Amino acid sequence: MDRSRNASLTSDETTAGPGVTVSIAVEARNAVKAFGQGEAAVRALDDVSVQIRQGEFFTLLGPSGCGKTTLLRLIAGFETPTSGQILLDGKDITADPPNRRPVNTVFQSYALFPHLTVAQNVGFGLQMQGRPRAEVADRAAKMLTLVRLDHLAQRKTSQLSGGQQQRVALARALAPQPKVLLLDEPLSALDLKLRKEMQIELKRLQHETGITFVFVTHDQEEALTMSDRIGVMSAGKILQVGSPRDIYTRPANRFVASFIGETNFLPGFYAHGQVALAGGHVPVAAGTKEGSTVTLAVRPEQVRLVAADAPGSLPATVRDLVYFGTDTHCHMALSDGSEVVARLQSSVSGEAGLEPGARVGLVFTEGAAQVLED
Amino acid sequence: MPSPQDRARVRNGWLLSAPALVLLAMAAAGPLLVVLVYSFLEAGQYGGVEWAFSTDAWFGILFSKDIFTDETMLADAHLAIFWRSVKLSLLTTLITFAVGFPTAWFIATRAPRARAMWLFLITIPFWTNLLIRTFAINEVIRNEGILNSLLLWAGVISAPIQIIYTDTAVLIGMAYVYLPLMVLPLFAAIDRFDMKLLEAAYDLYASRLQVLRRVILPIVKPGIVAGSILVFVPSLGAYVTPRVLGGGKNMMIGNFIELQFGQGRNWPLGAALSMLLLVIVMVALLAYVRAANKGAGHGH
Repeated sequence: MDRSRNASLTSDETTAGPGVTVSIAVEARNAVKAFGQGEAAVRALDDVSVQIRQGEFFTLLGPSGCGKTTLLRLIAGFETPTSGQILLDGKDITADPPNRRPVNTVFQSYALFPHLTVAQNVGFGLQMQGRPRAEVADRAAKMLTLVRLDHLAQRKTSQLSGGQQQRVALARALAPQPKVLLLDEPLSALDLKLRKEMQIELKRLQHETGITFVFVTHDQEEALTMSDRIGVMSAGKILQVGSPRDIYTRPANRFVASFIGETNFLPGFYAHGQVALAGGHVPVAAGTKEGSTVTLAVRPEQVRLVAADAPGSLPATVRDLVYFGTDTHCHMALSDGSEVVARLQSSVSGEAGLEPGARVGLVFTEGAAQVLED
Repeated sequence: MPSPQDRARVRNGWLLSAPALVLLAMAAAGPLLVVLVYSFLEAGQYGGVEWAFSTDAWFGILFSKDIFTDETMLADAHLAIFWRSVKLSLLTTLITFAVGFPTAWFIATRAPRARAMWLFLITIPFWTNLLIRTFAINEVIRNEGILNSLLLWAGVISAPIQIIYTDTAVLIGMAYVYLPLMVLPLFAAIDRFDMKLLEAAYDLYASRLQVLRRVILPIVKPGIVAGSILVFVPSLGAYVTPRVLGGGKNMMIGNFIELQFGQGRNWPLGAALSMLLLVIVMVALLAYVRAANKGAGHGH
């Protein structure tokens, strides 16, 4: 789709590089949200600053309770920050109530109005804005066509399936043409097949409307496949912001590396551009403090198996093989007992005649091993 | 096509429920039939009825004959009583709604345990005799009562306000007595209301007033209708409250009916008035069923 455009935007985190001007749709500045008082206060958001760009599909990703929904509710205006600011198009909207913000929300439970028809639900926002009746009807019909529900316009929402209700909720939130659309885990109530369909549908809608989407999810796969950029959150903080590729290949810390995809964590010691591990050395990018204990993070698909005595390889013993169809996961132990998992193509691992107890050598794809400081 | 077994099951079902049906017929339909028959008889000289067919009672609801000139004229005293009854009952319904809606909302939005306590408190007055509660109200609002004494003592007024034995007194009494009947169905409806819808409406540019008018009220309408009927119907037939708080002058239909069977010695008129009251209530109930069906269209 428009990956190329976004790739150029995401080449740098905070400034879009010389010559490229990026307008910021939404911004949180030092946003803090504390629930409760005094000693018992819990900081759901702990000094969060993030800039979401005009027209991008931005995902807030994190486990439940990490503060991602709280951040979304601050942007929507359902909560006011304990301190800090929310800006929309550079304008401070922190004090504005939700009905004065050109921002709409798709709720996890959809929250469709049960007393209204599908078309009336979709037209609700425009009607509240005081638009003429003809325009409301016209726009509601257009939105329903966009989400392919025009044939159900006169139904009551209780007569719709979960997927259809989801589409109505989307059409309703998009109808007033908000500057930003907020989506609070909108796909979590759908079954797998429907979820996959809606992921594609959401990308299509975002592309066709050009509206900035802020999407909240705990599903890393959803985040990786749909987003232009991802903000990974944990314990009320944003740990890393970047493109899916950035986040996956260059996780900023152990949490990000373990939350997104599978990762081998190997304890080691950094010196002279190398990390010393049990049974060998792995060359890594420079920049780490000499002589510090570090953790080496390697994705299972970046681990290759070679002959046991191949030069530059780490000696290991195969413990177990788990067959996944296309792939086979090969669980191995280094000489100090630490576990490494390699993801191999099943056809390759079958030919190699691997079996538990076999002695092999490990090589990491060049540049794939990330050093995480402890 | 029902099979023989099905038919036998239906027949046995009727047989088994026969005792209950007979009892119901005797206890509910029987007395009603007696009242209906009495309304078409002539009044006895000293109460009771003469067994002769007459429509005088029904005629007498709206018209009266001048005893001297035998001229027929509209019984405006009767009309005044009907009007007062309907007016006071509607006002009672409005007041209980105005007070009951915020109350029910408050209770429905409490934590589950607090909610149970509030509901319990709301129903406590039901445990006490109606007459006693009404006399308690009397004690508060009469000229030498608590309210007037307090206001006099505080210097707000220089002479007692006449509340007792006015329509206002009847209104206060009925609103107090019937408030729980409004709160409970409203609570049930609000309790089912999905509070997420408030955020959804607010998010979609609705003002607070629009959220109330366009989202909350239409969705809890079945509760509003149920509460209104539960208050309006007994208000219309109220007897004790207008008698104790309204005195002799501010009669409602209930007191008027009682009068016919007592001092008035016109049983057929009392019976006809009772039937009329029943018809008014039935019409109100029909309106309720229709409104509730409309409201139930969205799956409640």
